[in-house]
Amino acid sequence: MKPAPFDYVRAESVHHAVRLLAENKDGARIIAGGQSLMTAMNFRMSSPALLVDIGELEHLRDITLTADARLRIGALTRHADLDASPDIAAHTPLLRKAIRHVAHTAIRNRGTFGGSLSHADPASELPACVMALDATIHIVGPDGDRVVPARHFFTGVHETALGAGEVLVAVELDVIKADEVSGFGEFARRQGDYAMVGLAAHGRIAAGLLTAVDLAFFAVGSTPILARRAAAALVDPATPDPAQRLQRAREALSLDLDPPDDPQSSAAMRMELARVLLGRVVGDMLARGAGA
Amino acid sequence: MMSDRAPVPPLALDRPNSYIGRSVPRPNARRLVQGRGHYTDDVAAPAGVLHAAFLRSPYAHARITHIDVAAAKAAPGVALVVTGAEIDQVCEPWVGVLSHFKGLRSATQHALAVDHVVWQGEPVVGVAALTRAMAEDALSLIEIAYAELPPVTDPDAALLPESPLIHPELGSNLAFALTVESGDAEAAFRDAHTVVSGDFRFGRHSPVTLEARSVLADFNPSERRLTVHQSTQTPYQMQDIYARHLGLPQANVHVIAKDVGGSFGMKLHVYGDEVATVAMSVILGRAVKFIADRLESFPSDIHARDHRVRARMAVAADGEITAMIVDDLTGVGAFSAYPRTSAVEGNQAIRLMGGPYKLRHYSGNLRVVFQNKAVMSQYRAVGHPIACGVTEALVDQAAAAIGLDPLEFRRRNLLTDDVYPYTSPTGYLFERLSHHQCVDKLERLMDYPALRADQAEARTKGVVRGIGFAVFIEITNPGPAFYGVGGARITAQDGCVLTLEPSGNIRCAVSVTEQGQGTEAIMAQIAASAVGVRIEDVRVITGDTAATPYGGATWASRGAGIGGETVLITGKALRANLLRLAGILLQMPPDNLDISDGLIVDNATGRERITLQELARIAYYRPDTLPQGVQAELTAAHHHVPRGQPFAFTNGIQASHVEVDVESGFVRLLNHWVVEDCGRVINPLLVDEQIRGGVVQGIGAALFEECLYSEQGQLLNGTLADYLVPMASEMPDIHVDHVSTPTLHSELGAKGVGEAGTAGAAAAVLNAINDALQPFGARLSQMPATPERILRALGKLAG
Amino acid sequence: MTTMATTISVNGTSVTRQVEPRTNLVDFLRGELGLTGTHVGCEHGVCGACTVLMDGATVRGCLILAVQASGRDVLTIEGLSEPGHRITKALQEAFVLRNALQCGFCTPGILVTATELLTQDPAPSRELIREAISGHYCRCTGYHAIVDAVQQAADVLAATQGPA
Repeated sequence: MKPAPFDYVRAESVHHAVRLLAENKDGARIIAGGQSLMTAMNFRMSSPALLVDIGELEHLRDITLTADARLRIGALTRHADLDASPDIAAHTPLLRKAIRHVAHTAIRNRGTFGGSLSHADPASELPACVMALDATIHIVGPDGDRVVPARHFFTGVHETALGAGEVLVAVELDVIKADEVSGFGEFARRQGDYAMVGLAAHGRIAAGLLTAVDLAFFAVGSTPILARRAAAALVDPATPDPAQRLQRAREALSLDLDPPDDPQSSAAMRMELARVLLGRVVGDMLARGAGA
Repeated sequence: MMSDRAPVPPLALDRPNSYIGRSVPRPNARRLVQGRGHYTDDVAAPAGVLHAAFLRSPYAHARITHIDVAAAKAAPGVALVVTGAEIDQVCEPWVGVLSHFKGLRSATQHALAVDHVVWQGEPVVGVAALTRAMAEDALSLIEIAYAELPPVTDPDAALLPESPLIHPELGSNLAFALTVESGDAEAAFRDAHTVVSGDFRFGRHSPVTLEARSVLADFNPSERRLTVHQSTQTPYQMQDIYARHLGLPQANVHVIAKDVGGSFGMKLHVYGDEVATVAMSVILGRAVKFIADRLESFPSDIHARDHRVRARMAVAADGEITAMIVDDLTGVGAFSAYPRTSAVEGNQAIRLMGGPYKLRHYSGNLRVVFQNKAVMSQYRAVGHPIACGVTEALVDQAAAAIGLDPLEFRRRNLLTDDVYPYTSPTGYLFERLSHHQCVDKLERLMDYPALRADQAEARTKGVVRGIGFAVFIEITNPGPAFYGVGGARITAQDGCVLTLEPSGNIRCAVSVTEQGQGTEAIMAQIAASAVGVRIEDVRVITGDTAATPYGGATWASRGAGIGGETVLITGKALRANLLRLAGILLQMPPDNLDISDGLIVDNATGRERITLQELARIAYYRPDTLPQGVQAELTAAHHHVPRGQPFAFTNGIQASHVEVDVESGFVRLLNHWVVEDCGRVINPLLVDEQIRGGVVQGIGAALFEECLYSEQGQLLNGTLADYLVPMASEMPDIHVDHVSTPTLHSELGAKGVGEAGTAGAAAAVLNAINDALQPFGARLSQMPATPERILRALGKLAG
Repeated sequence: MTTMATTISVNGTSVTRQVEPRTNLVDFLRGELGLTGTHVGCEHGVCGACTVLMDGATVRGCLILAVQASGRDVLTIEGLSEPGHRITKALQEAFVLRNALQCGFCTPGILVTATELLTQDPAPSRELIREAISGHYCRCTGYHAIVDAVQQAADVLAATQGPA
């Protein structure tokens, strides 16, 4: 199980990488941590002619608070960095909650935030998190820089809004506010496995009730999916009882999600797990209250 | 020649310096923890070694209409590209049948497929190149045209008259059928107070040894000598196979299995890709290495289990189990495996049913069918988990139907201590089992009443827990009845050569092999105890056909029982030799002397007379100082095969404690207990770890492991990310205790322990899940018990 | 075939080899350097057998190219078995005494991960140990003995405190 042959260049800058991609239009791919790409290449499911390694661009590994109170997370931030960062823990606890579900330590030591988003595996945690948090994806390409809302970034299984020759360089998101709360949960058969169903949620809370919430389910479709009807039911002012809200949200979920059948799990199973997960994650958010 | 009349204490094992029963660490563990193992891929390869890769069939069933290897032959680094027909010119194909399985049929199997492919993953073309990567590059240049044929995948459908035939020359897809009848089962069911029944399904497993199948073959044409380093349990069997199929004198074939990274029964079968690798070496006169990668391991290692069982149990009003009727249908893939066949699993499953219990009426019907899937054959605890899973599920159902506690119900029905020797309705001979002692000990070990109280209390809080039991029996110490009588060149005997070396150390060359069980440690313990030396002074040599006597090696829990007894007999003989020599030197009757901690001592006083080191020095370097005519016999060699019974039986009971999340169907394993009786325990540390590892393989069966195939015969989960093996986070602690009933058919009394954990664990876990689900009126009879199957049983999933 | 000069510090010694870019780190260690203590189990990042330390953190040797490791410090089981690696030594001793290995194929990888664990957390709970090694596949032991051994090593290290 060895990869097909390829050439390899270490990019000296993002622009160098962009130029290399442009010069090798069809055959070049970016590698950073390589924790997904290497597997695909070992399987010969991916056989790029040129690998452009951006892994040494240390400045893409920074986590910074911007002037407008947003958190900017460099694309090369390792999963382990997210786990260890006090800024992440304080300002975006959802990522902290999610990250320990991502594979295992050795993978987290190497895998990068940007890599995970670019790889866009429908069963992985971080794409759903950035959708729940309404983050923005910062991209550098041959035609300059651009910003794509995370909610428009994921377009299919392993497909994103990244164009040919573009490189994801950072993610920006709002820091958590005092009246906000986030929740995360997933069902995976074993510690670190890809989820059968997962949910990243972020909302606002007042007087023990959710007043706004975003629910990003993953492993239920080709991209993470925002369950808008369920979210609406959870914050419906016409329904004062939280239990009743949850019940309606669970019912609405079948309108939001249309999970696929696959050898490991039927659509019906995924839908049922999504309902269970909704109840548990929302219950946990309400129990913990704002600010976490 | 020295006489063997020199006295030997009645039981060498009870000597004061005995290592038997002590938790001695394994001497080979130290190098393994330092990364100094010698697995096949670690062997320094001969100069010019080539690396093999194989193009495998993408279809489950097809005709090969055209093969074009020209581009591959011309690819960089490629030394050889071979098809099945070309391999056949140097290597004779095989058929996986043995005469003692009457009616067993299989088709001719070629190392590489010829004209016809019968499972996805079957090797078709082999490439040998300078690197594995280059060999894989060349594979992508081979063009093969296939004409697809309808695949046979479902075992039931395989027997329908309209089913396509996998091997048309056989006339049907039935490989083997067997009926086992005893008493009058139908009458017993007519008279039954209660009948319980179930349709059980057991998933297909892949053994997933962490070290994949590996072989390094080096053929030297000048002497027609073949050296094969191989990750195998059975170097002697493979020596015979290579000699016969490649037309070489057996003496010219040298097979070496140093460290083996897991085997579990998977590494004793003949695999086409491995044989083709050896054949390529013969063709080229160069070394060729093949290390299966994980993508090819999944569809080409033997698979296991895959049973559908319909079974009924009849119970009298007083709760006595009177009869069982069992129908087992098992799919074994495209061929019966060579040389051990694919009939053994079904044969053992159908005969082990009901084995721990007193029932006398039994009817078992077995059908073994071919499918267009990977070949299925012997894997750890052959047939046991099937028999145990069915029997113990029915026992629980029967207990519930009668209104008895499952442990109490078992006590009423288990064979009692006064029945032995006992012949089971299926013809198995039990020398002496200890069911009731094991049950009693387990009940205390797990504090059963406290767990039931906890279960009731948890229920009041909405926490759903269950407790499950599984009584098991285990076949060990197989004699020639296993394979030899059927015509297989697979020996049931073992050989040992023990030598006092000039240093005073003992060299022990023995035919049982090591795959991590601790074979070498146990053999050292026995040799040290039997001769009377410190264990540090024993060096054990295994896994090399040129350095050890020919023997059965390691499978079916035979290492300790047969290999150990062989070492014991040989050790006593060497000891007698040495005492006689010492007696001559010291001018004393040998029976007044003893060997203890490497010293010849005075029997009566224990006083040291001469060290073994000194005895060795004199014998090797100064034999001129011995009396005229005395020849020092410093080596003893013996062979041993069990003669008293066809094979031995152990027994035990396991219990599992689980928590079921009835909303998600997820199961959390809280605890697991095992009490078992493997006869004499030689090394408690190693025995406990054999059991724990076996239990976790059983848990894999219960919860996780299943090869998923499409209707087209495509393996859908052939990666380690998709085929779920048990990992550390989900596994419970496993508590082990023992009852010891040594077999009286050997002096050592060891029965073997390799299958015990796997035999019963899955049944215990499934029974625990069903115990948890019982208040919900739900019951599962399919393994693995996935969350989805649990939710379906609970009626929570539509469709 | 393109090859690239690749310089990696392996077990404290800088080594330079011409390698194909497609050569991964574990094949480099085994094939170029003969460091066969690091094993290849799955080549897709799941089994953990090829785990080594790179710049002090565990990585999968099958999911990183040798050229990517250029300029890095790599420690394998062979290096960790040399004097001075107190945590690994305690783990190795505990693994032998507790029989926390059978075939031993997974063991070097697990020892590397356990070394990282005890470096970061000198007294992990059984649950944490299980989580830490949850990316390592062992078919032989059932894991219980491995958890025992890591705990035992932690206890020994705590009782004999000294410079790590």
